[in-house]
Amino acid sequence: MSEIDSLKGRKVIIHDMCLRDGMHAKREQMSVDQMVSIATALDDAGVPFIQVSHGAGLGGNSLQHGFAPHRNEEYWQAVVPRLKRAKASVLLIPGLGTMRELQSAYDCGIRSVHVATHCTEADTSPQHIAFARKLGMDTSGFLMMAHLNNPEGLAQQGKMMESYGAHTVYITDSAGYMLPADVKARVGALRAVLKPETEIGFHGHNNMGMGIANSIAAIEAGASRIDASVAGLGAGAGNTPLEVFLAVCERMGIETGCDLFKLMDMAEDLIFPLMDHIVRVDRASLTLGFAGVYSTFLLHAKRASERFGVPARDILVELGRKKMIGGQEDMIVDTAMTMAKERGLLKEVA
Amino acid sequence: MKKIRCALIGSGNIGTDLIYKIRRSPVLEPVWMVGIDPQSEGLARAREMGLKTTAEGVDGLLPHVKADDIQIAFDATSAYVHAENSRKLNELGVMMIDLTPAAIGPLCVPPVNLREHADKVEMNVNMISCAGQATIPIVNAVSRIQSVAYGEIIASLSSKSVGPGTRANLDEFTYTTSNAIEVVGGAKKGKALAIINPAEPPMLMRNTIYCLTDDEPDEARITESILKMIGEVQKYVPGYRLVNGPLFEGKKVSVFMEVAGLGDYLPRYAGNLDIMTAAATRTAEMFAEEILAGKIQLKSLEVA
Repeated sequence: MSEIDSLKGRKVIIHDMCLRDGMHAKREQMSVDQMVSIATALDDAGVPFIQVSHGAGLGGNSLQHGFAPHRNEEYWQAVVPRLKRAKASVLLIPGLGTMRELQSAYDCGIRSVHVATHCTEADTSPQHIAFARKLGMDTSGFLMMAHLNNPEGLAQQGKMMESYGAHTVYITDSAGYMLPADVKARVGALRAVLKPETEIGFHGHNNMGMGIANSIAAIEAGASRIDASVAGLGAGAGNTPLEVFLAVCERMGIETGCDLFKLMDMAEDLIFPLMDHIVRVDRASLTLGFAGVYSTFLLHAKRASERFGVPARDILVELGRKKMIGGQEDMIVDTAMTMAKERGLLKEVA
Repeated sequence: MKKIRCALIGSGNIGTDLIYKIRRSPVLEPVWMVGIDPQSEGLARAREMGLKTTAEGVDGLLPHVKADDIQIAFDATSAYVHAENSRKLNELGVMMIDLTPAAIGPLCVPPVNLREHADKVEMNVNMISCAGQATIPIVNAVSRIQSVAYGEIIASLSSKSVGPGTRANLDEFTYTTSNAIEVVGGAKKGKALAIINPAEPPMLMRNTIYCLTDDEPDEARITESILKMIGEVQKYVPGYRLVNGPLFEGKKVSVFMEVAGLGDYLPRYAGNLDIMTAAATRTAEMFAEEILAGKIQLKSLEVA
């Protein structure tokens, strides 16, 4: 049997990220109407899970992460009642989002959650995972910046999330840094320690052009949930583009239950027209992938670059060197200011 | 010179670091350390340093309070047991400095409101959180010049400096600190974010403070106020340092700070723990100075 046939008949659950990770690509500016039209199109195309919230998830509305024009509750109240089949989900990063906000999401009809921590800090999530389970939600542990932990370390972290109650453990390539062999090694290590009924997910970014190849590698190693977004709408060079991924799945016989042509049309007619910039691999997003920097830092670094006159690439490389992680967006301006002082572009205050 | 005798409850990192800070004080003397695990490293360290110890919890200390003339106790246990500890010790006239998120007493940030609490002879004051101690002075430095509609802080902590208690209760940290940004910082609305970074070597504690002022910010006066406040904090935390800012963009004021610890029991990168123990010690010293000067007298709360 050839490699390409080996995944025939495998079932994979798709989770669309347009309305959460895609918020980053829109600088958090999406209208309620846009959310509703995208969500209903996804639902109509048979996508089973749709994440809907501020790009940084619960508690994301902030000076650190930007303010969306509406509260999460307003988006959920508009979107959830319009879904016929799909479940709506949210992202919760402990330290930013809280259980009070998760309760509010549940009250608005949210039935699935990614509880996210940095890939070495799973023990900041036990309260939130347990609370999501208590609410009866489909609960995933989401290990971000997974390239910064080795397969064995990541497997231990995933095992902790499973012990708190996670149904699924995600390997999250927040920097779009990993190559297929990195993904396989990590999924394989997780599969070896998790209970058979615990699912494994993969969330990719396309900064090195590896979103699809990495997702397929994850499935080969035992993953059964894949995050993707139509036309790749997401941070950095975007997420794994859903319609392209589905075309590959169809050729390989992987079953997703999604309608390829409907999602192709949606990418062309609905998503591309609303992009503020074409989400693609460009100099800055490639730098993210190459240097292993959190994808959301991209637009922040571009803004800091304009303001302080230090090239975005230099800022991103320095952030990678300082091992800054997701959530430390404040350190982008800080780093840009420090570099501007060193280059004589900015004066000390005191 | 006479010193005020103190008890330390909780033999973890914070309690142990407190021994060093208190020993250095001209007005405080560490006498007892209370733990619950006879094998704990903190209790062993305390004994080595000449403190009396008990592994029986607060109940093991109570019979000795009068004889050993304990007047101030630091509680570095957990929010769950603090209320009981405080009630028992207050009954005996011991003033409590609460380093847990329990916050049953008023919130204290030394350069902002310690004077007020000492004047009222509060018998229990709460130290909020490490992020609160590191950021609220700056929020207050802005709000004392002009009104702040919104204050937001981001605390980045090295993974090695965050213990299991904080990790398992991050929401408590968020709620307590957000509330204190309003109550003590003076912002109309407050929000606190915490990030735990595992980089090696461990990063120093970093804090970013954003304030949105109601009207256009008066750049010169706000800058002067912030620099003055930093000087106040540096009196008890020498490693408290302005890295960048204040940066003014419209009504947004951004300040980027760093906290290096003294490296007593905890390494220098653990500025977050150091600023808590230093602020708690500074708070105890203010009360001790007043007691020694005969200006205030601690009263047993038995009848209250």
